[in-house]
Amino acid sequence: MADTEALHSITTDSRKPKVPESRIEVENLSHAYQQRQALDNISFDVSRGEIFGLLGPNGSGKTTLFRILSTLMPVTAGTVRILGHDLATEVKAIRHLLGVVFQHPGLDAKLTVVENLRHHGHLYGLAGKTLRHRISELLERFGVSDRATERVEVLSGGLQRRVEIAKALLHSPRVLLLDEPTSGLDVAARRQLSDYLSVLAQTENMLVLLTTHLLDDAETCDRVGILDVGKLVALGEPDALKTQIGGDVVLIESMDNENLCTTIAERFGVSTVLTDGQLRIECERGHEFVRDVVAAFPEKIQSVRFGKPTLEDVFIKLTGNPFV
Amino acid sequence: MQRVLLPITTIWWREIIRFYRQRSRLFSAIAQPLVFWILIGSGLSASFRPAGATDELDYIAYFYPGIVVLVLLFTSIFATISVVNDRREGFLQGILVAPVPRWRIVLAQALGGTTLALLQGVLLLLLAPMTGIRFGTASLFLTLGVMALLAFSLTNLGLLIAWRMDSTQGFHAIMNLLLIPIWLLSGAFFPSTGVPGWLAWTMKFNPLTYGLAAFRHSLYLDTTTKAFGEETTWTLSMLITGLFSALTYVGATLTASAKPK
Repeated sequence: MADTEALHSITTDSRKPKVPESRIEVENLSHAYQQRQALDNISFDVSRGEIFGLLGPNGSGKTTLFRILSTLMPVTAGTVRILGHDLATEVKAIRHLLGVVFQHPGLDAKLTVVENLRHHGHLYGLAGKTLRHRISELLERFGVSDRATERVEVLSGGLQRRVEIAKALLHSPRVLLLDEPTSGLDVAARRQLSDYLSVLAQTENMLVLLTTHLLDDAETCDRVGILDVGKLVALGEPDALKTQIGGDVVLIESMDNENLCTTIAERFGVSTVLTDGQLRIECERGHEFVRDVVAAFPEKIQSVRFGKPTLEDVFIKLTGNPFV
Repeated sequence: MQRVLLPITTIWWREIIRFYRQRSRLFSAIAQPLVFWILIGSGLSASFRPAGATDELDYIAYFYPGIVVLVLLFTSIFATISVVNDRREGFLQGILVAPVPRWRIVLAQALGGTTLALLQGVLLLLLAPMTGIRFGTASLFLTLGVMALLAFSLTNLGLLIAWRMDSTQGFHAIMNLLLIPIWLLSGAFFPSTGVPGWLAWTMKFNPLTYGLAAFRHSLYLDTTTKAFGEETTWTLSMLITGLFSALTYVGATLTASAKPK
């Protein structure tokens, strides 16, 4: 007993070589709305220079977590430290360190790009020459200098999102929080956004934390935390999480899913799961399994897909539910 | 000092610039009260003489200060509706996560609404001579002061409601159920003299009754015709109007500072 405790403390110590001033540390965070438990004992760390994605379907608690981290909602149970400051007691210091991009457009459509940025700068105590320099610097960097004096309402969704990020970065925050940043963006704008975020993390040592319900977005993060009904069910690098599944994933569509589900399980000794109208099978040597299974039920099977596990597979494996 | 003022002026400035860019708001806040004034005022002038009125004061003149206050009410309320929209659209969230205390945010919003209401109220003051009101320096400055105080409290009253609201529909419902009756029962529409006891008491407990009394006092300060139909004294009405604006401001700040559950 004493031995395992000692071992445990050694491992936790060795896990914390980095200074707390460069991290977000969430420990045993819980949050309840009246009866409903929105967050249930969540713990994770994020370091500067890292892009961390909170992945979860709607209602998984990621919005609640985002609102707490962005200081809109108080910490009621557990602790959150942001770059060494306690979120429960040092909100003011933390607000200077945070740049926040909300899911709903945070720009005033009736104001021009520059007016929006100036307004933001004034809120953070920036003024005069410093502010003007900073604004033109950011507009330049996000490629919106030529649209500076236009009203936000005439800009495309992708451009608006860029202006929003420029706005969030105006006061030189250390931490950038983004809530569903890719919603409403087309594929090209989405890729561009993810490139911007990588550059920020790498060149400015920015701590980037974003929420998303899109698996593709999560794939581009350095690490992800997967949330399901208020619990953190997985935490790690996307590739590492996918490796956990091991082997390959085979998806089968057939005329008679229920029947085939049990038959395949018995015959091949694999675990089969019926989700979303298709059979999902994880197995070691997928290509051989596909060959055998098609040969065994040639009339029943309509289509077979075979691939490496995705984060969706990780989610299904860990929660038993489809990711919706 | 700059750190305190900068966020306030920038939020205030945004209210003004938004208003300037949506000029239809100007029309809607002034046109409706004006139509009310001309139609209801002229219509009732024939058959209705406010209790305690002298010969020189017909109904359309009695109704005039009430209409100015209605313009203040409408403009303040329209200004605060933008808080509901800002909340829904995420702009307000951006302000809320900035290192600016809530009392400064609310003060800036209230001053923005006050400025807009005052500008439109002044437009309506140009019509005052038509009702026999003569302005001197004292009465003009006093009138503007009382109008500013009224606009400030009405905006704060609007903010008090708007900060709790998620939809503009809900806001309109409250406006019809609460704000319009407050105005109707303030002596704007009819004096409290001679009305049934319960109504007289309701009017006595309506803070806006004193606001309107203060406004009438200041409007007629330099005019020889004295006709108010009100027995509320100058001191009492000013005192309660000042208190009302302080309380609504504190109330709006507390609402804005409430921790979401």
